[in-house]
Amino acid sequence: MSAFANAENLAFAQARAPLLCVEGLKKSYATPQGRLPVLRGVDLTLEAGTSLALMGESGSGKSTLLHLVGALDDADSGDISLDGVALARLTESGRARLRREKIGVVFQQFNLIASLTVAENLSFQARLAGRRDALWEAELARRLGLSALLARYPEELSGGQQQRVAVGRAFAVRPRLLIADEPTGNLDEAAGDAVLALALDLVAATGCAFLMATHSERLAARLQRRVRLEAGLLAP
Amino acid sequence: MTRQTLLWTLLALLSHWRRHKANLATVILGLGIATALWSGVQALNAQARRSYDDAAAIFSGENASMLVASRGGLFPQELFVKLRRAGANVSPALEGSIRIDDHQLRLVGVEPLTLPRSAPMAHMRERENIADFFSGPGRAFVAPETLRRLGLAPGARPLTERGRQLPPLAALEEAPPGAIVVDIGVAQRLLGREGKLSRLVVADDAPIDPARLAQITGDALRLVGPQEDNELARLTGSFHLNLTAFGFLAFLVGFFIVHAAFGLAFEQRLPLLRTLRALGVSARALIVAMLIELVFFTLIAGGAGVFGGYLMARALLPNMAASLEGLYGAHIPESLALDASWLLSGLVMASAGALLAAGSGLSKTLRLPVLSVARPIAWREAHHRYLRRQGIFASLALLGAGAAFFLGESLAASFAVIAGALIGAALLLPLALAGALTLGERLSRRPLARWFFADGRQELPGLSLALMALLMALAANIGVGGMVEGFRLTFTGWLDERLAAEIYYEATSPADAREIEDWARAQTDIAAVLPVWRARTRLDGWPVEVIGMTPHETYTAHFPLIEATPDVWRALFEEDAVLISEQLARRLGLALGAALDIPTSGENFRAHIVGIFPDYGNPRGQLRIAHQRLAAKFADASGVHYSLRVAPEATARVMEEMQRRFGAKIARILDQAEIKKLSTDIFERTFAVTAALNTLTLIVSGIALFASLLTLADMRRARVAPVWALGATRSRLATLELARVMMFAAGAALLALPLGLFMSWRLVAGVNVAAFGWRLPFHMFPAQWGEVFIIALGAAFLAALLPTARLARAAPSELLKVFSNER
Repeated sequence: MSAFANAENLAFAQARAPLLCVEGLKKSYATPQGRLPVLRGVDLTLEAGTSLALMGESGSGKSTLLHLVGALDDADSGDISLDGVALARLTESGRARLRREKIGVVFQQFNLIASLTVAENLSFQARLAGRRDALWEAELARRLGLSALLARYPEELSGGQQQRVAVGRAFAVRPRLLIADEPTGNLDEAAGDAVLALALDLVAATGCAFLMATHSERLAARLQRRVRLEAGLLAP
Repeated sequence: MTRQTLLWTLLALLSHWRRHKANLATVILGLGIATALWSGVQALNAQARRSYDDAAAIFSGENASMLVASRGGLFPQELFVKLRRAGANVSPALEGSIRIDDHQLRLVGVEPLTLPRSAPMAHMRERENIADFFSGPGRAFVAPETLRRLGLAPGARPLTERGRQLPPLAALEEAPPGAIVVDIGVAQRLLGREGKLSRLVVADDAPIDPARLAQITGDALRLVGPQEDNELARLTGSFHLNLTAFGFLAFLVGFFIVHAAFGLAFEQRLPLLRTLRALGVSARALIVAMLIELVFFTLIAGGAGVFGGYLMARALLPNMAASLEGLYGAHIPESLALDASWLLSGLVMASAGALLAAGSGLSKTLRLPVLSVARPIAWREAHHRYLRRQGIFASLALLGAGAAFFLGESLAASFAVIAGALIGAALLLPLALAGALTLGERLSRRPLARWFFADGRQELPGLSLALMALLMALAANIGVGGMVEGFRLTFTGWLDERLAAEIYYEATSPADAREIEDWARAQTDIAAVLPVWRARTRLDGWPVEVIGMTPHETYTAHFPLIEATPDVWRALFEEDAVLISEQLARRLGLALGAALDIPTSGENFRAHIVGIFPDYGNPRGQLRIAHQRLAAKFADASGVHYSLRVAPEATARVMEEMQRRFGAKIARILDQAEIKKLSTDIFERTFAVTAALNTLTLIVSGIALFASLLTLADMRRARVAPVWALGATRSRLATLELARVMMFAAGAALLALPLGLFMSWRLVAGVNVAAFGWRLPFHMFPAQWGEVFIIALGAAFLAALLPTARLARAAPSELLKVFSNER
């Protein structure tokens, strides 16, 4: 009984502990006029299985925050910890490993690999991580309506189809964190809605955390929480 | 189209280059290098041709005719006297060769008072000191540059190799380079050709009727026109054609760089061009602005290229001059003098190249729809279209090469075969690489490996022109290198056989020669005395040397023959038989057993061909007959050349003894090693210019690869960034990028190998035969292939090092620009 209770407590504790923890994050860029501060000390937490919409005007630092959280860029100061791992302590190869094993990324421009087929694009990251699961990929393809398109090349697909491939690629690795930067920015409303619905289904099915940057109040409303970035700080 | 529209369109177009400096550098570099290599070669050719013309026009100006000995060589002065007495307005001249220290010079004897007014040398009549030319010690006129080259001051009186003293030297602008002009009597004395002349210059206002000429001189003299007399231009034609062919190859490689750079610039500027069209700029205004931009580039890059060509020509000129002097006895001034037409032709070539390179971009601009198609660029479709087009052009080029191969064996046809094969194979290269990449993709299991190959196919079109240039340069390296190495091998072996005697000498006069011969025959150290007398004649208009041979094992056991009748040596010494050099046999279309009428001092000597011998490096034809027959048939045979068979250990002693005993009676004496060294030096210098052009072409192709990679770097970053974002490290991706470029280069090197061997074979069996008349055995040099393979990989490594190092060190923010339009 006590062993069961301990295990249950531990599971609860893990579930409740934030998957992503951001503290005092600062980032600036060099410009001809001097350094331009973009993030001025951002604090943020995100639990596994939850979703958060990051809103703000153009230039408010949404993409920068996503890039830092996604281990794609280095912060000037502050801490990011993902699944208990402090990003600042990682080497270049450690960050690359973290990206391929724990983070799924969906870009506004899709960024599929034009020279590979849909099937190859879908499995690419999972294969990089050495965690390919053919059954899961087939399931993803079915859920995302890509089963009939697997042999095609990205240029032969519509924008909505391409973004569904990008979502599938991100989920194929069963990420702990999914980040999406304006994932529907290049799609019409219906296609955008459909892609987001599919992504949210998969988030629920896999239990990963989901952080999405968007301008759209309507889309943001479909996520569990929303925060606003203003002048490099999260608005209360 | 208003001026305002044009100006702003032009400024908008030029603004592209500010942001794409690497692309701009590629255009300027490519155009500059292509122009430099082409105009450099043209400068060398122009300089040489002008020298031949100057040398030929020394007596005659441009229009006067000449009388020369019917079968070449010298003729008696009495013929001149006869003609003058008969009222013909002719002026005597004698030419020969002398050596001062280590400088071989052309000695020209003239009689200035009777020279036609149009002859450049006739101007010296107007000099105040012309009387000094005939009286006292006389005067020896030389061009100021020749005087400088000799390291002598005006007034100096150097000695010739025969120990005879020249009149005081004086500088004369009109004197041709490498020549010394003296009075005819002085020339006869210095050359030991008393009472002999080499030509009579006919005054252009008093032509001679051939029938009347025959009445006075019989068939001893023949009338030749001024162009016909330019023997040097005729002999060296092939040499310059070879040079032009290599210059063109280098230009082609440079042109590829420009084509690639313009193609890329067009792709990068597509959105800008569409915007301009949407803003109301007409297609015509756009084309005009692009043409102005092109003229601008041509003037800058072409101008720099022409200047570079001048520098290149200046650097290569001494080697070419030495080679032409060694091979053909042509004297080329070593300071480059160029005229406006050369500068203009360089710029015209640069403009034509730039226009051709930019042609497809310009025509696409003309047909450019204002609105872009909604669909993203269909990469795969474009790739297949590109490969199909390459395949069609490659097939056409190879068909052209095949047609040229079956059409004829002329020099032009041989070059056409090589050019067609080079271009065809170059166009096939992207197809071959695309096939290899597809295969690699199918065979690989790991995701990065699959991406490596799949993405390679996308990178290929951007790099293909540079790779094609590399392939051509590598193939030329293997082809020309193989030919030169093969030549070196054959030449060395041939020299060993041909130069079997231990000592070679030339006596100052036939009388001295007899005295030395008598002494030599009495020496126990000297096993054999072999007269190598020579006479000159002319067959079918070509100058031919006839050399005598004595029955001795020096010849019967060593003299190399390509083809011979079974009893060649018996026939040569006992019958009216002749050995003929390979190039002469080829030129005259003669085979073993054919009869040949050789013009002699008297009746023609009819002899049948019993052997054909190789005579590499000799532009003149050569016949070998028995010494006894030469002495009997050619009264004017030199009678001064001999070789001696001596025990090797006694060689130095015998030479010293001869020099001590006979002094100035020996004009020249060389041992076997020295004469071999002289011959191999000439050989090395002959190919120095070709080797330099070869290396330059390879360097240019390396630059082409580097420039293309640098220009493509931005596009590559867009393709690499997603893979990095998905979890591959920058260093790993950079390593893959480097490996991919090296794999492409290795592919080019692999294809270059059979292509280079084919080129080498065509050079040996086609070009050399048509150009020089000799055919070398075909050799293969696997070590050289390995070297070229390593050079290809090295060039690719160096070319890719900077772009990939940049990728490896790229800040994440640089890579992230690919994904975001905002911060």
